[in-house]
Formats: sequence, structure tokens, C-alpha cells
Amino acid sequence: MTPALTIEKLAVQFPQRTGTIFAVREASLSVQAAECVGIVGESGSGKTQIFMAAMGLLAAAARTDGSVRFEGREILGSPPAELNRIRGSKLTMVFQDPMTSLTPHLRIGIQLAEVLVSHSQMSWHDAERAALRILERVRVPEPKRRLRQYPHELSGGMRQRVMIGMSLLCEPSLLIADEPTTALDVTVQAHIIDLFRAMREELRMAIVLISHDLGVVAGLADRIIVMYGGRVVESGRARHILQRAEHPYTAGLLKCIPDLKGPRLERMPSLAGQAPSPCSIERGCAFAARCPRADARCRVERPLLREFPAAAHQVACHFPLSS
Amino acid sequence: MSAAERLRSNPGAVCALAIIVALISLALVGPLFNPNNIESLDWAHVAAEPGVIGAHWFGTDRLGRDLFARTLEGTRVSLAVGLAASAISLGVGISYGAVAGYVGGRTDHLMMRFIEVLSGLPLIFFVIFLTVIFGRSQYLLFLTIGAVGWLTMARIVRGQTLSIRQREFIEAAVASGAGSARIIFKHVIPNLLGPVIVYATLTVPQIILFESFLSFLGLGVQEPHSSLGTLIAEGAGEMEAAPWILVVPGSFLALLLLCMNILGDGLRDALDVKER
Repeated sequence: MTPALTIEKLAVQFPQRTGTIFAVREASLSVQAAECVGIVGESGSGKTQIFMAAMGLLAAAARTDGSVRFEGREILGSPPAELNRIRGSKLTMVFQDPMTSLTPHLRIGIQLAEVLVSHSQMSWHDAERAALRILERVRVPEPKRRLRQYPHELSGGMRQRVMIGMSLLCEPSLLIADEPTTALDVTVQAHIIDLFRAMREELRMAIVLISHDLGVVAGLADRIIVMYGGRVVESGRARHILQRAEHPYTAGLLKCIPDLKGPRLERMPSLAGQAPSPCSIERGCAFAARCPRADARCRVERPLLREFPAAAHQVACHFPLSS
Repeated sequence: MSAAERLRSNPGAVCALAIIVALISLALVGPLFNPNNIESLDWAHVAAEPGVIGAHWFGTDRLGRDLFARTLEGTRVSLAVGLAASAISLGVGISYGAVAGYVGGRTDHLMMRFIEVLSGLPLIFFVIFLTVIFGRSQYLLFLTIGAVGWLTMARIVRGQTLSIRQREFIEAAVASGAGSARIIFKHVIPNLLGPVIVYATLTVPQIILFESFLSFLGLGVQEPHSSLGTLIAEGAGEMEAAPWILVVPGSFLALLLLCMNILGDGLRDALDVKER
């Protein structure tokens, strides 16, 4: 079966007068049909830009290289008219901030129906009925009334449900969720994660969940991909990554999750040092400066992604933790 | 609440709207009840004061023409010029500015340079030129004023579009597969309505004044027809001897402009969903 999304050697750069920003240096990954993949990394690790490139949403100044195939078809650099046939219907995206992602002067019902009218030539009447059904499906209370309301009349959690509903209208085969819970408070966050889990089972679609929060990803993903400095540094089954991380960076991230049951700490654990600048020229391993295990070799020779310790688990490190 | 309900709950805007409607109907229906027309000269009552002579409710001008009839015709002409020319400048200016701002890049560059070239042309020369070619007519007046008025509107709209284009809901609309035309007309332009309406309410009075200026130069409305501008210009000359010749059309103009401004303000508040 063809994977839902295959990304090969993708690079995203922003040439500027003061030097080039290497947002994504080189990333390869694939998402199988009906699979949930979590993408984890700090700000600036390039995790969002990969998928912005796939959706054709990069800023006009961006330069890309490599290949992005959606259901076997190359889509990187396709003209907007061609992309518009799949984005919003087969390939959809949910953004971080539901407060600003809905057009403020249009009623919810119109915004939802518009997607269907433009993608499936449905009549407005049928589209509004479908919009009502999708609001019921994403558990929006009083869906009939919501259709007639404006975005500012809804709470943040409700708006994110509407955004998710909008992305599900055409039954996509891949849903990209870019930090879908970051702008919401913790209890709402849990509801939204539950909703994703339910939708995934009901609709059998692939989900890419981009987050800097391992906790959010842990509850949902089958597979986790860890990004650092514009590259994939580790990928594997969620269980393996969470329990037996091989890359020191992943291990560091896991240590930063506060434990409610453990002893009360004086300071929140954090990774020492700073993420590498996306403008810098790479030399050796990008994590070497912050890595407790780094030696001279790490500073000159960039580790390649390799299978370790077993198939289906990849790590880019000279000295993985279990070696 | 819908926009209409919000407008209705604003007493100032409702009053303004009522007065504008009353003035328009007076301008349209009033002549039916007036025995005098705009041209007939009443030599027995030259520069008569209002109310003194029964047949001339607003008095007469220095040629003995009925001021009531002339003011109503002036209101009709001024409103027609103001509204038609604003409509042209709104329509052209909004589409042009929104396309330039949304598409951006080289297209935007070329479109804005074109505007700069046009606004560099001397206006009066442009109008004289058109009048000489096409002859004098009211419709030409609509077109020429509209053709000049859209330049500023396009600039304002482009500036607003540039900032709206950066907003996340536009990115979300792109991600949902909407084409550029749909985004410009459905997601960008309705968001511009606030500043556009405010500017439009300022444009109508400006255009009415510009029309009177052109008429004064002999390029716009000509005798025996009148506009509020020509009547005021005429009345200004008789200000000391017969002030009503200035006061009557002047108060019509002032009332009209005041109401349009209040209505414009009310419309902006009613149409702006976010700012409440």
C-alpha cells in the first residue's frame, strides 16, 4: 500500500540579505495510511516548516529541495491550482491558534459549508447539512445554534473543535495538526486529544501531530519522530522512544517532563544550552555542544541516521544510549 | 445580533438615516407640489425673502428664480454625482487595491506605479481634456470624478490588505484549498469594510465639493441647471444683501454631509464584528 505521505531529502531555506536560514536542513520521513505520527522538537527545529512545505504554505521567499509525495504523487512545488484540489479535502491542516484561524466576519456555518462547496460542488443547502453533522461529530454542543454564530462568540476549545471539524469535512486521508493544543488550557487540551483519538478510529485517516510537548504526542502517536536543528535525529515506535530513547537529546527531553509523583524538585529540569542557530554552518553533530556524551568525533563528523538497536528504530548519534 | 439590528440600536445613525431618506424623497417628490420651475423668472419678486411671497417658500434669487425649486434640483444633482462617483471609486478602488495587496510581488509593484503615474497628472487638466473630447454631460462628470477618486481608495485598500494577508485565517483559508479569487472577495474584502466605509463617507462630501468647484470653473453643471455647489457659489456673492440665497442651499448641504458622516460612523460600528 502506498504511504499517505513520503518526504525524501527535503530541505527548506530562506535566503536573506544577511545569510541563509536553513529551516529544514535535510529530512526524510513517511507516514503510512491510517497511522498517527508524532513530530517532536524545540522551536526552530524545522518541524512545522516540513509540513508547511508539503501544504504549499511556505513564504514566497522560501527555496525548497527534495521530494514530497502525497499518495504517490509529487506535490512539492506544484502550482496552487493543482494543490487546491487536494488541500482542504484529502490533505488538511489544523493550526495552532484557533482564536485567529477562523475568518472573523463569516458565520461558522458558512465557513464550514464553503469548504464543501468549493471541493465537491455540493449545493449550499446540502453543505450546511453536512456542516451540522460534522459539528455533532466533533462534539460541539448545540451545533444548530453554532452554525449561525460568529467565531468570536465561541470559546477557544470550541473554535478548535470547529477547525478540526472543518479539516474532517471531506474525509481526508491525512490530517496535519500543528500544535493543535498549545493555545488551549490543560483541561481543554485533554478533550481535544480525546477527540483526535476518537476521530482517528472513526475515520481511519493518517494523522501527523506536531508538538513540542512529548506528553501530548505520547497519548496519541503510533510512531514518534524527533527533530533537532532541521534534521531527524531519532524515529521509532512511540513505546520505544518513550521507554528506551537512544538519542541523548530525546532522553533529555523526556527528563524535562515533570513527574507529579516524584520528589518535589527545587528547579524544573531543563536541557542546558541553546538550540543551534538555523543560520549557522553545520559542523559535526548539531547537538554536540549540549550533549553530555559528546567527544571530539561528534564535533567534526555528523552522525547519519541509522537503524539501532533494531529495525524500525532509527537514531542519528555516534554514541546512542544503549551502546 | 445582525448588522441591521446593531445599526437600529444606534439612535444617532437611525436619525441620520431618516433625515437622509427625508431629504432624498423631498428632492424627488417636492417639485410636484411646487408651482414654480427652475427656469421661470418672476420679475415682480427679485431677491424676495423666504416666506414673504406665498408662492416662493424659500424666496427667490437675484433673477427672481424660485429658490425652493433650485435647491431641490441642486440636492438631486449633488447627491447623484456624489453617490455615483463614490460608487465608481469604491468599486474600482477596492478591487484594484485588494488584488494588488493580495497578489503582491511584481504585480503589486506595477499596479502601484500605475496609480502613482495617474495621481501625478494634473486633475483639472485631465477633466478639461475629457470635457473637450466628450462634451459636457452629467454622466461624464460622474465618470471623471470617479476615475480620479479611486486612486486614494485603492491605496488605502492595498495597505489594509497587506496586513490582513498576514493573518492566520488567510493561511487557514489557503490550507483549505480556496483559490486566490475566493480568498480576495470572501475573506479579505469584507474585512476591509470598516476603514473603507469611513473613507467613503468622507469621499461623498469631498466629491460634492469638488463637483461645485468644477461647476464654478464651467466644467460641471451649467445654468439653468443647478447643484448645491453652484447655488452656494451664487449665494456667496449676495451674502450681505440676501443671505438666504446662501443659507438655504448651504444648510441643505451641511445637513446632508453631517448625516452622511454620522451614518457612516454607525455603519462602521454595525458592520465590524470584532470590535465589540
